[in-house]
Amino acid sequence: MSKVKEALFDPIFKNNPIAVQVLGICSVLAVTSKLETTVTMCLAVIFVVTLSNLSISLIRNHIPSSIRMIVQMTIIASLVILVDQFLKAYAYEISKQLSVFVGLIITNCIIMGRAEAYAMKNGPWLSMLDGLGNGIGYSIVLLAVGFVRELLGSGKLLGYVVLPLTIDGGWYPANGLLLLSPSAFFLIGFFIWGLRTWKTELVEKEN
Amino acid sequence: MKPLRYILDRLEPYFAKGNKLEKLYPVYEVIDTFFYTPGGTAEEPCHVRDAIDFKRMMSAVLVALIPCVVMAMYNTGLQANTAMAEMGISEVPGWRGMVLSWTGVGCDASNVWADLLHGALYFVPIYIVCMVVGILWEMLFAVVRNHEINEGFFVTGLLFPLTLPATIPLWQVAVGITFGVVLGKEVFGGTGRNFLNPALTARAFLFFAYPAQISGDAVWTAVDGFSGATALGVAAGGGMAAVTEQLSWLQAFVGTMQGSMGETSTAACLIGAVLLLLFGVASWRIMASMLIGAMALAGLFFAAGSTTNPMFTMPPHWHLVLGGFAFGLVFMATDPVSASMTNLGQYIYGGLIGAMVILVRVVNPAFPEGTMLAILFGNVFAPLIDYYVVRANIKRRALRHA
Repeated sequence: MSKVKEALFDPIFKNNPIAVQVLGICSVLAVTSKLETTVTMCLAVIFVVTLSNLSISLIRNHIPSSIRMIVQMTIIASLVILVDQFLKAYAYEISKQLSVFVGLIITNCIIMGRAEAYAMKNGPWLSMLDGLGNGIGYSIVLLAVGFVRELLGSGKLLGYVVLPLTIDGGWYPANGLLLLSPSAFFLIGFFIWGLRTWKTELVEKEN
Repeated sequence: MKPLRYILDRLEPYFAKGNKLEKLYPVYEVIDTFFYTPGGTAEEPCHVRDAIDFKRMMSAVLVALIPCVVMAMYNTGLQANTAMAEMGISEVPGWRGMVLSWTGVGCDASNVWADLLHGALYFVPIYIVCMVVGILWEMLFAVVRNHEINEGFFVTGLLFPLTLPATIPLWQVAVGITFGVVLGKEVFGGTGRNFLNPALTARAFLFFAYPAQISGDAVWTAVDGFSGATALGVAAGGGMAAVTEQLSWLQAFVGTMQGSMGETSTAACLIGAVLLLLFGVASWRIMASMLIGAMALAGLFFAAGSTTNPMFTMPPHWHLVLGGFAFGLVFMATDPVSASMTNLGQYIYGGLIGAMVILVRVVNPAFPEGTMLAILFGNVFAPLIDYYVVRANIKRRALRHA
């Protein structure tokens, strides 16, 4: 039971793929300027990482180790194509906004990393939970960053006006920096700062 | 002064370890050492002695900045008064108008005192907001992290207002300096550990977050409805011919033109540079190499020429007096914390910044001015430059003994 808990809940905060392992930063910078695209991206990554961990774990004993990367890549790529086609069919607008970044989930280090570090060594049930946990851990950071960027950058949340902008006659002057990708770096920094203040065991010992 | 010492001595026990206000000791300490030389001496036998300590170094920079501050106030007032005369406005709106009419100096552009006062009414509020907000953050971090409050902020707090246009909204000054002090300095451990210049970090934040209030045509002169680009903006649009139409080189050198408050006067920066070099605070290597780097690239561009880009027509000596080049060269690039430390590294660092300024100004169509970005770029590279300089030295010496 504790192993199940560990696999599912550890990656959410204690071993968060973005804030602790600092993987998969590229997509945080690219897709978080609006909450809508952020949510779509999160769901896509959760789907891919959960199923890729499950499938790789199922066949882990049959993969020759010399070509294991290629096999993992093939599975991940198939899942990403599935997501991409699904988005194009049912959410064309969002798919256009996300453009190449859906396809780039293939190169997201978190997914390859979990396959290599966890799914290759553990059973399918635990691997699936680990994938789900990592997907959620990724999503929490992405949603936090997307929330701040859309709210303070364009005064909206999910497209609804929350802070009326000065250019539309409101009182809130939009912060243009938050619409630029580098602002996500600052926000991830704040997130890591908060996380390490909360969970002091994450802070490295001074040498 | 005796009563003050008496009060401070009476208060000290309250802040000592184990007492009620122990947490606020840094606040007491900064007030105490601001007025008096610290009484404590080093007890261990061996320590570095130097005639110049951190406080004196910062004070030297403040003294060197005085000409720039005076010119900032004079030029801000001059530009505003001239524009008002041109537009036929005689009344200054709001509280500034009340102060001006109360003192009775009026808004005559040819009256130096009227210009100084009018400019001061813009500069001083910005300065006060910047200092109050910045010091609050410094105190907060000092109390929470239990380190001393030091004088580094006095320099940052004066540099930052000088890089802003006179019309900047005061809340933006507060937000900007918050970003500069917290993210540019305190999160990395405070003064001495900041790898970026905090004043420029603050300005860069405002520049990207609220571009409408810090760039463009409407912000440089403190009169409502007046529109005019900085000289660099004019040059980017119409080439040198458009600049020389309204401005002579000498005028640009003295600094009676539009721009951020402290940056316009190359003459004032030059006085500051002489003072800094006399005090031995700033590195002449950085100043010289930045100057050479910029002149070399500007000369190259000027000689090459271009039919499509009007900035190619700007001769090197004009680059010196326009925009923030002089101010950045004297006060920003030489910031000892964020610059390279090694001698050879300082040459590389300065040259890199100088060339980068010209590169952004001339070749990048998005930004007419590149000093701020170039210096921040240099700051980021400074540790890397030092690392390789030191490595090369180790390698050279190892080979000698091999």
